[in-house]
Amino acid sequence: MSDLRTMTYAEAVREAMATAMTNDDRVFLMGEDVGVYGGAFGVTNDLYERFGTDRVRDTTISELGIVGMGVGAALTGMRPIVEIQFSDFLCQAMDQVVNQAAKLHFMVGGQADVPLVIRTPGGSGTGAAAQHSQSLEAWFAHIPGLKVVMPSNATDAGSLLLAALEDPNPVLVLEHKLLYKQSFEVPAEFPRAHLGEGRIEREGTDLTIVATSIEVQRSVQAAEQLAQSGISAEVIDPRTIKPLDLPLILDSVSRTGRVLLVQESAKFGGFMAEVSASIAESPAFGDLQAPIKRLCGLDTPIPYSPKLERASVPQVEDIVAAASALVGEW
Amino acid sequence: MAAEQLDEIDAYRTMWRIRLFEEAVEDLYGRGMMHGTMHLSIGQEAVPTGACAALKEGDQITSTHRGHGHCIAKGADLGRSMAELLARDNGYCRGRGGSMHIADVATGNLGANGIVAGGPPIAAGAALSNQLRGTDQVCLCFHGDGAVGEGAWHEALTLASMWQLPVVFICENNKYGMSMSSEKAFKVEHLSEKAAAYGIPGLTVDGNDVEAVFESVNTAVERARAGGGPTFIEALTYRWRGHSKSDKNLYRTREEIAQWRAHDPIAAYAAVLLERDTATQEELNAVADEVRTEIRDAVRFGTQGDEPTVEAMLAGVYAPSPVDARELGARA
Repeated sequence: MSDLRTMTYAEAVREAMATAMTNDDRVFLMGEDVGVYGGAFGVTNDLYERFGTDRVRDTTISELGIVGMGVGAALTGMRPIVEIQFSDFLCQAMDQVVNQAAKLHFMVGGQADVPLVIRTPGGSGTGAAAQHSQSLEAWFAHIPGLKVVMPSNATDAGSLLLAALEDPNPVLVLEHKLLYKQSFEVPAEFPRAHLGEGRIEREGTDLTIVATSIEVQRSVQAAEQLAQSGISAEVIDPRTIKPLDLPLILDSVSRTGRVLLVQESAKFGGFMAEVSASIAESPAFGDLQAPIKRLCGLDTPIPYSPKLERASVPQVEDIVAAASALVGEW
Repeated sequence: MAAEQLDEIDAYRTMWRIRLFEEAVEDLYGRGMMHGTMHLSIGQEAVPTGACAALKEGDQITSTHRGHGHCIAKGADLGRSMAELLARDNGYCRGRGGSMHIADVATGNLGANGIVAGGPPIAAGAALSNQLRGTDQVCLCFHGDGAVGEGAWHEALTLASMWQLPVVFICENNKYGMSMSSEKAFKVEHLSEKAAAYGIPGLTVDGNDVEAVFESVNTAVERARAGGGPTFIEALTYRWRGHSKSDKNLYRTREEIAQWRAHDPIAAYAAVLLERDTATQEELNAVADEVRTEIRDAVRFGTQGDEPTVEAMLAGVYAPSPVDARELGARA
């Protein structure tokens, strides 16, 4: 581990894109303001200077058009990366994501693949309010034909993006806008990753916390506080929510006997409802010593007020409280 | 090969292939041998025939929900097409797609599409791919007048014109987007006037005149191939049948339908070929008879196909990943 270096999540995404473009002529990037502007969150930065405006393409504000063009380019031998400036704007592109990209391989009997990567930031915490702060992963994970990735740190942001670019299927990479500027220790090279493989982020014996995206680091921080109270929490990061590494989760739940599921997005019909149901349907259910507990965003649009925004999604103290209750009351 | 001139007998044959394929489909449906839904393009055969004749090998098309004609004109195998409509495993889509999703990607048919204006962004993307890969391929995007009302169409033309992509948008204006009259919907005399908004050439042609369609598309394709960017062509035509099987034709008159049936693109072209002495009536009859045999064979090929299996369907949702998970130490 001597080769660790420090880089931000945004830099990791950028480096992975640069690596892919260097190694594979078929890879190119298009999106709104990804060129000279450097991307709304600075992710693309100087890529247009390094790879030219043919391969780092500024588009008009046309989300449906650019995702569709990604589909067409992917069908005909390219490996496009489409950046959607905020994941909320995918609502403008839903036909091409859901009816076209996700279904084409199946619908044409396997004659064609759609190796399209859509990168987009989700999540709240920037005061951008209800139309720029959502976490929509459950919608996309629900669609057969799509893969959905949620990197929670810089190494995964690089590794999972490279894995997505190797995959012959459409992959939605949901980055988190609060993570972009955070620094992480990262290996000299991004380790190769497999879409569908989760990771035990922290080992523990009293309960399992399954968390996605930014809630992974909040859960790890919560686990550190819980340890001071004598509670040993295991934290699992699925990394890819579709396909989902269910064996990893079920094995952990069987060992600890308690499970807390943490997501930023609203509770009703969310991704953790799927995880909960899968645990309940499995033999691990018999090992549970306490009911399955979900800790999710409130069922409200993300509000503007900093106080309300913070209250709308699980914070470290909420996770500590929920985990303590789960262990203490059962 | 791209044609300087239209091969007249080939064009005549292709129009009959489309007509008789769709009549056979209609018959099979009527006899309960075909299920689901279908959108027939009977009366519109000259558009795909003339347009695809301007393409060369390697060029691409995107098609629509009313796409049998586009696929046949692009060279789709009649047997595999019929097998698909009959929901068989030997169909183009292994029985997963049906009438609205026939594709033959290896030959550049990127697929019919069940979503109005689903195709234009995909066509623009294929054209971008052609440009980036440095090939001289052109993508021809078929769509209807209804698609002109969709945001996807506007976004595709915006991006295709900004980047001067090798794509030709051809609008089959058959006068109705399902029941909505295009004359009512669009406050321009010709839809092709909209091309001006994108700074690209726009023209309106008689879509029931196969040679007029060929010439306009040929010019547009050559322009696109030479780096001159997109063109928008409006081809005026008419669908004789209803929108789909649910159509009671309440939005148009019998007189209007009869008037357009009198402008049958196939009969009109037969008259031209006879007048020019390109062929005799017997030779033209022989073409139609040969196509009848082809269609019979296609139906036989389809009905003899196996039913698709659930196992193959489940294995077909995702393309297999080339990365071996176990090689990376993943759990099996």
